[in-house]
Parts: sequence; C-alpha cells; structure tokens
Amino acid sequence: MEHPGEGTRNGGSFVVSCESVSFSYPGSGRPALSDVSFELRPGEYVGVVGPNGGGKSTLVRLLNGLLKPDSGRVLVSGRDPATEPFEVRKHLGILFQDPENGLVAPFVEDDVAFGLENLGVPRKEMRDRVAGAIRAVGLEGFERREPDTLSGGEKQRVALAGLLAVEPDILVLDEPTSMLDAAGRREVLAYLETLRAEKTVLHVTHHLEELVRSDRILVLNGGELVADKTPERFLSDADLLRENRLVLPVVQRLALEIGLSPARLRTPETLAEAILAKTESGTRAG
Amino acid sequence: MTSRSLGQFYPVASPVHDLDPRAKILATAVFVVGLFLIDSTVGLLFVAAALVALVTMSRIPAGTFLLLLRPVLFIVALTVLFQVLFSREGVTLAEWGFFEIRSGGLSLGFFLALRILLLVSSAGLLTATTAPVALADGIEDLLSPLKRVRFPAHEVAMMMTIALRFIPTLGKEAEKIKGAQAARGADFSEGGPLRRARSLVPLLVPLTVGAFRRADELAEAMESRGYRGGEGRTRYRELRFRKRDALALAVTALVLLIGVLL
Repeated sequence: MEHPGEGTRNGGSFVVSCESVSFSYPGSGRPALSDVSFELRPGEYVGVVGPNGGGKSTLVRLLNGLLKPDSGRVLVSGRDPATEPFEVRKHLGILFQDPENGLVAPFVEDDVAFGLENLGVPRKEMRDRVAGAIRAVGLEGFERREPDTLSGGEKQRVALAGLLAVEPDILVLDEPTSMLDAAGRREVLAYLETLRAEKTVLHVTHHLEELVRSDRILVLNGGELVADKTPERFLSDADLLRENRLVLPVVQRLALEIGLSPARLRTPETLAEAILAKTESGTRAG
Repeated sequence: MTSRSLGQFYPVASPVHDLDPRAKILATAVFVVGLFLIDSTVGLLFVAAALVALVTMSRIPAGTFLLLLRPVLFIVALTVLFQVLFSREGVTLAEWGFFEIRSGGLSLGFFLALRILLLVSSAGLLTATTAPVALADGIEDLLSPLKRVRFPAHEVAMMMTIALRFIPTLGKEAEKIKGAQAARGADFSEGGPLRRARSLVPLLVPLTVGAFRRADELAEAMESRGYRGGEGRTRYRELRFRKRDALALAVTALVLLIGVLL
C-alpha cells in the first residue's frame, strides 16, 4: 500500500492520514515532528497527548495547511492540505486553545457566520446554518452579544458554533479546555460529547480523563509518535505514562490504589460498581 | 465601560437607526460639506434645528447625546475666546486695557462654535445610530468602486471590524497590566505630563507584545476558517437601500441647500 489515503476520495477507509511526516521550524536544529505516521478512520475519536514541545500543536497545524511538512505527506479527505488548504479547511475544522483570539466579529452571530462568508455561501442559507449552529451549542438568545461580555466557556462554544456552521466531517480540538475554568471545561466537553456520533475527532489535551472514552490515544514526545494504543492498554501501561509525564485520571488512580486494574474502569460509576463487587465478595469470603 | 463617549453605538430602535448605513454615511458627508458652504448664522441655526429634530427622532436621550459633545467643548471654548479677544470688527462692547470685546468677535465666535458643534454632532449621530458592523459594511460598499484602482476596500472594512472587536479586549488587558504594575509600586497618576507619559511605558510594552501574540493567533484562526481575502466572499448582513433611504438623503441635501441660501 503505497498511498493509504488514496481511496478516501470515494469513501475509502481513512479520512486523515499522515505518512512519515517530518517538520522543523526554520532556525531550529531539532525537528518538531519526525517521521510521524498514523490514520484516522471515519467516525473515530482519537486522543493526542504528550509533554509540551512534543509536537502536538505542530501536528494540528500540518493537518490544515497552516504549516507544510518538510517531507512526507498529509491527506485529509483525499486532499493534500499543503497544496489545497482551502478545500481541506471545508472538511476539517480546528477548535483552538484560546477562543478570545479566534473570534473575529464584534457580535456572536456575525462571528458564527464568518466561515460561511469565506466559503461564499448564499445569505439565505447562511441564516439557517448560523441559527442551527448557535442552537447546537445552546447559545440561543446570545446572537447579538459581544464576545467580550461572555464567559470563557461561552466564548469557546461560540468558536465551536463557527466551526459547526461550516459542517466539517473532521474536528480537530487543540487543547480547547486548557484556558477554561472547571465550569467552562465541563460545558464545552458536554457539547463536544454530543458531536462524537457524527464527526471524526482528533482531540489534543493534557487531561487524560477527557480521553477515557476515546477509540485510540496517540502519544507524541520529542516530535516522535511513541505510542498508538486503545485507552485500556494505554491506562495500564505505567511505564509509558511515566516516560511521558502523564498523570492517570482520578478514577484510574483510585482503582490502582485499591488494587483494581485501571484499564476497564472508565467512569466513576464503573469504579463504584467494581468496589461494590469487591467488598461484597470480600464480606462473603470473610 | 459604562461611560459613553464620542463614536459609541447607542442601540435603540428608531427610524434613524433603521436607515441603510450607506445612506447615513452619504448624508453625513453631504451635511459636513454643506456646513462649510453655509456662511450665515441664520443658515446654521436652520440646519441646527433640523439636526435637533433628527436627534429626537433617533430616540437617543438629549442628555446622552450632549455627553457625546463633551470632548470637543474645550476646542469650542478656545475658538470662541480667540475670536472674542482678537477680532477687531463691529462695535466695542467692553474694554479692559489691551483687551476689548467687540460685537463682530462675539458673532463670529458664535458662528464658528455652532459650526464645530454641528460637525461633531452629525458624525456623532452617525456612529451612535449605526452598529459598528453595519458601518464597516457600508464603508466597504461605498469604497468598492475604488477596488478597480486597486484600493483595498474589503481589507479596510475587515480591519475596522477587527479593531472594533478587539478594543474592549485590549482595554481589559490594559486594566489588568495597570493593576499588576500598580501592585509593584508603579504610579500612573502623579508627576508632570512627561513623567506621566514615561510611566505609561511599562503599560504599553506588555500591551503591544500581547497584541502581537493575539494578532498571530487571530491570523491562524481566520485562515483555518477559510479566510482568503474579499474575493468570492458573501456577506451575512444585508444592506438594502430602500425608498426611505433615498428620501432621507434627499431631505438632508435639501436642508443643507436651504441653509446655504439663507
């Protein structure tokens, strides 16, 4: 298979593929990414973790042509972002870290419309899609608000609505909750959760608990892809976690402390059930 | 920001707010040119009466509107004083040694003060009754014929929009930095003008650095959302030049014409 991404244009097996992609920032001796290869299948939810400077942000920017690889090839829906960035950006939307600096227009609804204006969508259709996107993130009634009067979580939801209006098949989340407080994080994650059924998602984060329900987790460290595992395998690999300075989420840490295997316990509920089962069998035995 | 200042949008529903921004921009231009053609106080008073009627129609409270004028009161006062003290026309009304007040100076001062106030009021009425986005759209539209001579009409409008979007953001950031510097003992309020200007450096440097970082991120976000200039772009907001817009423009021109003839 020389070009694994080739088939995607006619609904093949991959929506995103990276083939031995390398990239160095000008003037920097060390490559930011070296020889990174992976694929995303349609509908997958894949996490990306790793220490700062590991290459996560660089990878995100290569996917939509903000950066061009020095060698190797990226394909998104069968197109190369290095040569067709505008086409790729219709299919792949990025939710950035700081929503404050991503909102362009002085009013919420104008900002949500920004991507559609760029695509040249007719006004009538634009009205419906903007209204739909604002509804999808639960911001009805905020149309005429100025971004500056919104909370961090609300701003990030406006940014998300702006992406959804364009109706991309692929969402790339570049640490979208890192600038938010606990409440803002919860609300943004809740709306992202509703999208996983219809979109292919690549979610870059420092918080492993955001990825316990993902299909796969990629680990980038020092510009190299050092792991590509299911959350079960990933969470039970203590060495891998330590080497990449990753901290287990609370549920898994607790499970490990009381002698349960963390891999299968994804939610507080499953942990509670496991503890219950354990204590019951314990009392029976005693 | 609770204090309203010149150039701020006052969002209420009124027939004036409802006009097409292009009609309002053009009417303001006609008004300003007209003001400079009027050479009689009677003419100015007539136009002033028309403007008062227009402000009333715009449903902006008179007090709020007068607040718009506050920043120019100093210039107005200076102009009047200058005319009154140095004019040598008309009959002498009062005299203190070298200075004398003459009727010619008084009336000329009044005329100029009125002209400045009308000038500022007309511009203030435009920005107070037109949403910033609409204003930017209107300017882009009016400038678009200049695209043929490679004038960047879309870029100018986009710059305006972005500036409007980030003014409050940068204002907040300035407050934050000010607080941080004050906590370390910086003083922004004491000393002469030079010292006060110098004390702004520790405020402006981080603010500028921050603005560049924001600009970088904004450019990435805009590109990621498919922005590639004005070519092939559609607009979310619709501008419609209706009969009443044409009517408003015609009435403005007529009022100014009468003013000139008076």
